[in-house]
Amino acid sequence: MKSTFLRLLIGMAPVVSACSLVAAPLHEGDKPAKNIVAPAEPNAGLKLPAGFTASAIIEGLSRPRHLAVNKNGDVFVKLEKLRDGKGIVQLHLGADGKATITRAFGNFPGTGIYIKKGFLYASSDEEVFRFKLDNNDNVADETPEKLVTGLISRNEHEAKAILVDNADRLFVNIGAFSNSCQEEDRKKGSMGQKGCPVLDSAAGIWQFKTDQANQHYGDGIRYATGLRNVVGMDFNYTDNELFVMQHGRDQLHDLFPDLYTEQQSAVLPAECMYMVKKGDNAGWPYIYYDELQKKKILAPEYGGDGKKTAGENAIDPAIAFPGHLAPNGLLFYTGTQFPAKYRNGAFIAFHGSWNRAPEPQEGYYVVFVPFKDGKPTGQWEVFANGFAGVDKITSPGQAKHRPCGLAQGPDGSLFVSDDAKGTIYKITYKGK
Amino acid sequence: MKYFLAMGVLLLVGMQTALAQTKPPAKAPIKSATVTKPIPGKATAAGGLVASISRGKAVYTQYCLTCHQVDGGGVPRMNPPLIGTDYVKGDNVRLIKVVLQGFSEKVEIEGDTYSNTMAPHNFLTDQQVADVLTYIRNSFGNKVKGIQPAQVQQVRASLPAAK
Repeated sequence: MKSTFLRLLIGMAPVVSACSLVAAPLHEGDKPAKNIVAPAEPNAGLKLPAGFTASAIIEGLSRPRHLAVNKNGDVFVKLEKLRDGKGIVQLHLGADGKATITRAFGNFPGTGIYIKKGFLYASSDEEVFRFKLDNNDNVADETPEKLVTGLISRNEHEAKAILVDNADRLFVNIGAFSNSCQEEDRKKGSMGQKGCPVLDSAAGIWQFKTDQANQHYGDGIRYATGLRNVVGMDFNYTDNELFVMQHGRDQLHDLFPDLYTEQQSAVLPAECMYMVKKGDNAGWPYIYYDELQKKKILAPEYGGDGKKTAGENAIDPAIAFPGHLAPNGLLFYTGTQFPAKYRNGAFIAFHGSWNRAPEPQEGYYVVFVPFKDGKPTGQWEVFANGFAGVDKITSPGQAKHRPCGLAQGPDGSLFVSDDAKGTIYKITYKGK
Repeated sequence: MKYFLAMGVLLLVGMQTALAQTKPPAKAPIKSATVTKPIPGKATAAGGLVASISRGKAVYTQYCLTCHQVDGGGVPRMNPPLIGTDYVKGDNVRLIKVVLQGFSEKVEIEGDTYSNTMAPHNFLTDQQVADVLTYIRNSFGNKVKGIQPAQVQQVRASLPAAK
């Protein structure tokens, strides 16, 4: 009986979430299981594939960005805005499915957070720290070790995404402090700086050591370059490679109205997923990837006209998405809770666009890309939608929630952060 | 030095482009009726307040809307909102300077920080700057006195010459 009820309830949820509420009275004869609490909105307002459910485990955090889950299922949340002077909160899930803040520490705001081999790593927009964890995966010492310092954070793309792989390499994204390396940033018609100087200290992934304090640029390696801004990145252990999501450049029409229509500018260039090997160059600012022509196109700042190709030595994307969706979280799913098709595939949290006007804004959802042997095997699909709470968004401020960070729990559940209203969602698979 | 020279050339090019800009704004007109009813009796140069707001809307649509959005709401964390903020409603000179010189510092407005770069819009004429500021000061729920081209001219003259 319980499973029948669940199946019906869950099966209907993704169709139109409101339907579940309307349809519920049809099953009055069924006695709901005790542990089902009727939520205000089914699945916390999210639309999910059949068999999945979602709940908001906590709301109102101050700009929660990336997430890390320890072996006990506690969620560490990196806050971009300090909460009572603290930039990291530890959440513990109660039996009622709601989380409570059990600890707050770290006096720096920021985006990046990651757990690896007994340490919790976290970043501000200029530095990377790590906290030692005890045997229960709780923070043993609230005074962190400063691993990296003095990273550039200047007006744009300040967030430092971080990741530590099995070989103890600490990867840090340093975003470009520019849209397209124009002489005058974001000024109509301004041309590109020759030998773009931004690339020296930003627009790439840097590699640092995990066991050396106070590293500066000189102590690190520029692992990959020509990446305008990466916020979502993850290591794929099926092929032992680093994958990153690039935020593509903005405002092709605004800056070069004679070369691009507003409609072209709304969808171009692609937001790209790249597999990056040491020494790779993705081509920013000289080129961008056009997913309609499926070509690398010379940027207008460097003499391009929307058709001329360039960047023969630049890497190609593993998969390309429509422009401006702003991918802020990437996670390769290694759990067994979700159905087989999700295993080793990629979840991407898109924060949602702002420069697609006069077209409606787009994004504000979590997508899934199936993978096999470290390569995408099919088209991407929207996995979780409805974060925005409205059907059409003309201005980003209208979105109630904006997906940002992703993390996988020890039981294979998927956690998603929302940095607009501060909600943390837990998505689980309950079966068909 | 080379850099400054290049900037100068680019500025000239930019200004010529702006002067040559005779075609109507490319963006679609703003549909939502967000313009606050103008204060009666407050005339401005070149055809009064209503005309200034109307021209200002066209300038806004072409040069400002992408970042500050159709509803003046801006973009969280990036581009500041224009709704009810002191930057819009307050000091005229500061507001005019933002348009002419751009804005590229992290700013806190009502508890949130914004950091994206705004390029100098010194290629706009005094009339265009006055019109667009009059528009934003009378839109999105704002209702403040408009800006005159003479005020823009005065501020522009006080700024260091463009390199």
